[in-house]
Amino acid sequence: MSANLASVAYIAATILFILSLGGLSNPESSRRGNFYGIVGMTIAVLATVFGPRVTLAGIPYIVGALLVGGSLGLYAAKKVQMTQMPELVALMHSLVGLAACLVGFASYVDTSIVLVGAEKTIHEVEIYIGILIGAVTFSGSVIAFGKLSGKIGGKPLLLPARHWLNLAGLLGVIWFGGQFLNAHDINAGMLPLAAMTVIALLFGIHMVMAIGGADMPVVVSMLNSYSGWAAAATGFMLSNDLLIVVGALVGSSGAILSYIMCRAMNRNFISVIAGGFGTGGGTTPAAAGAQPAGEVTAISAAETAELLRDAKSVIIVPGYGMAVAQAQHTVYEITKHLREKGVNVRFGIHPVAGRMPGHMNVLLAEAKVPYDIVFEMDELNDDFPSTDVSMVIGANDIVNPAAEDDPTSPIAGMPVLQVWKSKTSIVMKRSMASGYAGVDNPLFYKENNRMLFGDAKKMLDEVLVALKS
Amino acid sequence: MSLTIAVPREIYAGEKRVAAVPEVVEKLLKLGFAVDVESGAGAAANFSDESYQAAGARIAGDAAELMDGADIVFKVRAPTPEEISLLKPGTTLVSFIWPAQNPELMQALANRRLTVLAIDSLPRQLSRAQKMDALTSMASISGYRAVIEAANAFGRFFNGQITAAGKIPPAKVFVAGAGVAGLAAIGTAANLGAIVRANDTRAEVADQVVSLGGEFVKVDYEEEGSGGGGYAKVMSEGFQQAQREMYAKQAREADIIITTALIPGKPAPKLITVEMVQSMKPGSVIVDMAGEQGGNCELTVPGEAVVRHGVTIIGYTDLVSRLAKQASTLYSTNLLRVTEELCKTKDGVINVNMDDDAIRGLTVIKEGSITWPPPPPKLPAAPPQAKPTAAAATPAKKSGHGHGAGEPASAKSLALMFGVGALLFWLVGAYAPASFLSHFTVFVLACFVGYMVVWNVTPALHTPLMSVTNAISSIIAIGALVQVAPPLGAGADGRPGTLILGLAVAALTLTAINMFGGFAVTRRMLAMFRK
Repeated sequence: MSANLASVAYIAATILFILSLGGLSNPESSRRGNFYGIVGMTIAVLATVFGPRVTLAGIPYIVGALLVGGSLGLYAAKKVQMTQMPELVALMHSLVGLAACLVGFASYVDTSIVLVGAEKTIHEVEIYIGILIGAVTFSGSVIAFGKLSGKIGGKPLLLPARHWLNLAGLLGVIWFGGQFLNAHDINAGMLPLAAMTVIALLFGIHMVMAIGGADMPVVVSMLNSYSGWAAAATGFMLSNDLLIVVGALVGSSGAILSYIMCRAMNRNFISVIAGGFGTGGGTTPAAAGAQPAGEVTAISAAETAELLRDAKSVIIVPGYGMAVAQAQHTVYEITKHLREKGVNVRFGIHPVAGRMPGHMNVLLAEAKVPYDIVFEMDELNDDFPSTDVSMVIGANDIVNPAAEDDPTSPIAGMPVLQVWKSKTSIVMKRSMASGYAGVDNPLFYKENNRMLFGDAKKMLDEVLVALKS
Repeated sequence: MSLTIAVPREIYAGEKRVAAVPEVVEKLLKLGFAVDVESGAGAAANFSDESYQAAGARIAGDAAELMDGADIVFKVRAPTPEEISLLKPGTTLVSFIWPAQNPELMQALANRRLTVLAIDSLPRQLSRAQKMDALTSMASISGYRAVIEAANAFGRFFNGQITAAGKIPPAKVFVAGAGVAGLAAIGTAANLGAIVRANDTRAEVADQVVSLGGEFVKVDYEEEGSGGGGYAKVMSEGFQQAQREMYAKQAREADIIITTALIPGKPAPKLITVEMVQSMKPGSVIVDMAGEQGGNCELTVPGEAVVRHGVTIIGYTDLVSRLAKQASTLYSTNLLRVTEELCKTKDGVINVNMDDDAIRGLTVIKEGSITWPPPPPKLPAAPPQAKPTAAAATPAKKSGHGHGAGEPASAKSLALMFGVGALLFWLVGAYAPASFLSHFTVFVLACFVGYMVVWNVTPALHTPLMSVTNAISSIIAIGALVQVAPPLGAGADGRPGTLILGLAVAALTLTAINMFGGFAVTRRMLAMFRK
């Protein structure tokens, strides 16, 4: 295959990738979108393998690597639980980051590429930046994976003077960058490059360690963005437009998701990355703010079933607790039962519910909840006053009225689902503990709120039994 | 140890209600109480002794036997002196009492060293109290029943019909007083198909009247009162004059008048005069729900239905008892809610917590000392006015800062962005070589395409978006592929081929995991999204 044919194939692949992302605008076209993505990837790989840059000697290695990696990937994709999607996505980001690092090093030690002057400098800057982004993505994603899977505690780890540490890291990276560009040969350049890689790895670890559990959606989408920029940097490094385009697509997609997540929490991107929600500065205003007055009214599963049975319209607000308890299937059973009885059951999804963007939608889809009764916050927030019962399952901060009423609250201004405006709200929770933001929730003390304490799955099973009896 | 709730038979003449129905008995048992019911207590409301037994209550032969083991007594009507003499000191009584109207009764109950919760003294302004509000539940029943009584006495259809035998006009119903009972009457009459008009001195209930299908008739008093003179007095006289005229007009037009005007602790106002009754069409009906307080109509005979000047005037005082089963069910549910408030621990022991606004209001006698009237309930201390505006201002300011889908950024941040952008582009243009520039062009355009495409992605698919972008970012495999075994040119001497091969194969394996895994898991997820 000639170089021109390969380029044309790359253009086709690019278009298919764009169509693939465009297909996700609604669930109907999304399946085709994914198929476009697969076709695009196949074309890109085949065009490269049979293109002018790969000789026959490489084929066995390539086939071997694809077979090993592919079967691992397919196995993981088959085995993963939908509740574990955030972990899987984080893990995959780390692979992209690591691959970008490896390609960067390989490119640096490759003496067959001879460049001079500004082109040489730019090439080296590209390698340097590519490895930097790749390393941060890799270590950050590994830590994110650890946090999401519970292997590392969800609490933010805040080192003293952490901002100074980050600044020192940045200065170190710049200084080593200067050393790297001035290096005369590869051996001399290797030391600053390796030192920078270590700093970048440490920075990635430190950055994600400092971020609390509730901010994980931002981190996951940010790492998504980084993995894209890593690919784009690799594209510059290898002068490959396809890599640049795809990297830019992925990078901007992740950046937009991070932005949406931040807006949904009314948080500044910088302050999320700087870390530490719910500790230090976070709790002081919470303690100073008005303590919620009143009493908590607890109810039993049987009473919950009675409330649901008497309701005409029900909105269910799921949160991370539902994912933890694996309760989505029972939720669907209850929904099905109520819908057969003519109750209008809908789901309200907050953008940051769960541990990654759209996490709840996937869980509900897995439990066969039809997507046309699953609504975004903005779509149904006005409907709460005409709703008889709203049921909050394992969510806290996203239904906290303090975000609207109490300007001193740490989450003031964050858009929330106004469940307290419905006639009755039921909150399912394991205990009275506060959410990730560490803010007490006045919702629990409202007159029309009921608390159903216990494990969400167990309680919902009991509700279902009571409903059917 | 758990307490015993006793439910006696009501002995007041014509009282058919009972303070606990079997369904509620069951729930009281779940709260940990024992329940004793006097034999025949529910008979008038169609609840047999057997149904109580089936619910888990013990049946006591007579009132004396019942009261002997009672810790808490549920009643409907305030107790008579004989009933009081049966109550043991220290018993808690929950019942209608009307402490303002019955000072002797209060004294007698206090002398007996009882704790008395008067269901009529509930602070109704507390939203939490709504579920315990027996006045409301009883009033809505009597409003419903008033319409049914009127329909019974009225010789025509309520709804207009066109039949083969001719056209029937709809009945015209006028409801004076749009409180709970009045609103229930409006709703019931409107549902039967009548044309309903209603009036109340409180103009703010107009919306509620309309929402139930009625028409609100205003007292047209501003024109009348527009003379000079002492404002308050003239207004009140003018108002009453206008009100009388309005009632006279409605009396001439209406087929049915239902009056519910009551002033607490005072005789009912006489709204319908003899002349108005005379002006009504023969066969018309007046239901006077204020019969017990003397009636809103001058011709009402409390407790009876009479015909005067061809108009049936119904002054029944037992409208609620005429729907005894429904009234008992609602009343006993109200009492159940009170019990739940008293027994939050659900262990069959009550705690008359005088710090609780609702309980404080209900309790008119605590262990023999009269605690009525209660101090005004504490209102929620926080002034809500300032806060919503402050809260509303915050998101407004924040969202203005964003430059998301469709919302324009502020001019300042836009200018800043353009400035930074222009500087960066200038730097690139000034120093970068041409080969870099072509890649840079592609990069910038791709960022914009990505931006446009991704904003169209529905939020429900954000997780699949992430996994598919993840799969796509394994395009980095191309970078590894070209390093595995490139055609080597002149500068290939000294190239560490094995090292590069190792790195490239490792990178390729990693990206292959991503490539296959990412697409497969996206496919799996998307297959689950269905209508």
